Amino acid sequence: MAMTDHAPVFLNRAEQKYWFERIPAPWWALAAVLVLLPFVANNFWLFQIMGWTFILGMIGLSLMFLAGYGGMVSLLQMTVAGVAGYMVAILGPSGAASVSLGLTWWIVIPAAFLIAALFATVSGALAVRTEGIYTIMITLAIAAAFFYFTRQNYTVFNGYSGFNLVLPPALFGVNWRDPIPFYYLCLALATLSYGAVVYASRSPFGLALQGVRDNPRRMAALGFNVTAHRIAAYALASVFASAGGILLVWQNAQIAPGTIGIPAAIDVLVVAVVGGMRRPLGPFIGAFIYVILQVFSPDILGFFGFSAERFKLIIGLGFLAVVLFSPDGVLGLWDRWRSQRQRPDADDGAGGAA
Amino acid sequence: MDDIIKRSPIRTLIVAILIAIFLWLVFAPWPPELVAKWGRKQIFLNALLGGITLGALYFLVAAGFTLIFGLMRVVNLAHGSLFLLGGYLGYEVSSATGSWFLAFPVVFIVVGLLGLLMQRFIFSKMEGEELRQTLVSIGISIVLADIMLWFWGGQSYSILAPAFLQGPMELPIINSINANTGLANWLRYPSVRVWILIAAIFIGVAMWLVMNRTALGMLIRAGVDDREMLAASGVRIQLVFLAVFGFGAGLAGMAGIIGGTFQSLSPGEDTRFLLASLVVVIVGGMGSIVGAAIGALIIGVTEQMGFVYAPTYSVVFTFLIMAAVLAFRPQGLLGSRR
Repeated sequence: MAMTDHAPVFLNRAEQKYWFERIPAPWWALAAVLVLLPFVANNFWLFQIMGWTFILGMIGLSLMFLAGYGGMVSLLQMTVAGVAGYMVAILGPSGAASVSLGLTWWIVIPAAFLIAALFATVSGALAVRTEGIYTIMITLAIAAAFFYFTRQNYTVFNGYSGFNLVLPPALFGVNWRDPIPFYYLCLALATLSYGAVVYASRSPFGLALQGVRDNPRRMAALGFNVTAHRIAAYALASVFASAGGILLVWQNAQIAPGTIGIPAAIDVLVVAVVGGMRRPLGPFIGAFIYVILQVFSPDILGFFGFSAERFKLIIGLGFLAVVLFSPDGVLGLWDRWRSQRQRPDADDGAGGAA
Repeated sequence: MDDIIKRSPIRTLIVAILIAIFLWLVFAPWPPELVAKWGRKQIFLNALLGGITLGALYFLVAAGFTLIFGLMRVVNLAHGSLFLLGGYLGYEVSSATGSWFLAFPVVFIVVGLLGLLMQRFIFSKMEGEELRQTLVSIGISIVLADIMLWFWGGQSYSILAPAFLQGPMELPIINSINANTGLANWLRYPSVRVWILIAAIFIGVAMWLVMNRTALGMLIRAGVDDREMLAASGVRIQLVFLAVFGFGAGLAGMAGIIGGTFQSLSPGEDTRFLLASLVVVIVGGMGSIVGAAIGALIIGVTEQMGFVYAPTYSVVFTFLIMAAVLAFRPQGLLGSRR
């Protein structure tokens, strides 16, 4: 099922290929590795590293969709994920029985998606009243306001301590928090989200959105409703963020204001920028690098004689290096390296530091 | 003034009544019915004054932020880190030398220099790429935050104010009237906060004078309006940029000392004050000093009032103000659309 959503590429070729023939071989290899990974990797890799990579990647993907196709760098995506996660904890069963409503999963999960989408739409409607760097500031302010609100509000969000023991429903008799089911759940949702972004980017809506990104005035003159397209992009991006947020709650079995604080919101930006915001694969690569660094930083730092707590310094310096020297992220580096190898006489340093 | 009254008499009347009610609330002793409903007058006055002094602190942080943005279009998201760094350095200087006042010039110079270096070696290299500059400033803030955590650890620091600023002072505002003696009870308020408010007003007025009455201010204002044209007319605009960036950073550093004196310094304060400056300049209008002052006052008072009268929702009030401004006047109260 991996790449079914790759559908419409309108080619006027004589021989129409099947959809699976159009997918290049490296993708098949990647898909095979990911599907077969549970046979070789241990539970820590499956649950912690890969699970977290997919979750961060999905939240980063929603940012990539907004920033790459819509030109709106939003720091709100972690908050949207947090709203969905909080809704699962509030509406469904959790350890804080006095606050949680304990409804069944088929009400809770759609409701979480809907409420998060509503939140994203309203905040998006506020954010799109401004442009460019203003968007960063306003989304950052909204994210911080929500963080402080959850920390102070005890009647709905259970304040500082948040919710613990938030477990996924045992559908089909499977414990979805076991490493292997959780891995496949994350993989499936990440693949779906990836496919949805690829599909959306080629749909009329996605093309119009990219037009709005490149020249809003011209699109408005052509009769497109610029504001509506931008708000709709926020609403659509909220779906990927919500999926990531719900998985995040299930993975940690808890959610608290710290989960959605400003550092977390910045982390999502770091992930998307480091991976590259031009293509939907970028956030997943960025998330993988981030998680690997986070998990193995004690070993790496200890090797160089630093204390293990300096992980954020490494992330910050790495992020600075990427922004300074390769603004389109690791994927941009890869693209440049490949184009240089193909055409050795081509101009180098496209888009590097001026 | 006459013009405004003639054009919208009803609005003027409403504003005048509101101002009169406000002045009465502040200066007159409260009747018992009001006390029964709102609590003692002292609580109200403390919240109000606390809000105004907090607004003064917000103004000092946000003024540099808005100036840098207005001139260079750089959203310096490391501004909160400069604030916290200034506070920590101020703590070190004042506890090493025992002089609170010495900390200000030292911190201004050190943090200002850091700002100069940032502008000279990083931001000026990517002029016009606003998004990239913002991302770089986020990277700098992550790095600075971790380095500060490394040096100063996770505990909170408080800078001791000099002796003559400690203790309360009496303000000419009636707190309550003693029922037995009939004598007025004057409001007592920490004198360090009052002096900080005065200093902030002084700095604000000085900045306004420099901006509006000097040649340098003329250059800066011209740069805010059209920096290509200014550069084309022969001004070495990079030097103006450097001066403004250094000044804004130094001001944030000095605000850090003040913040450390009447609150405390700990990791996380950087994001708190960055957020405060963001909201202040969004409300007040980007690039406007007067706007920053008004925004800081509104946000400071709202935050304190909310904190006293509706603790759960104090953040929400701040946010609602921001949302309302964005909805009805996206460029901010005193901002101009360019």
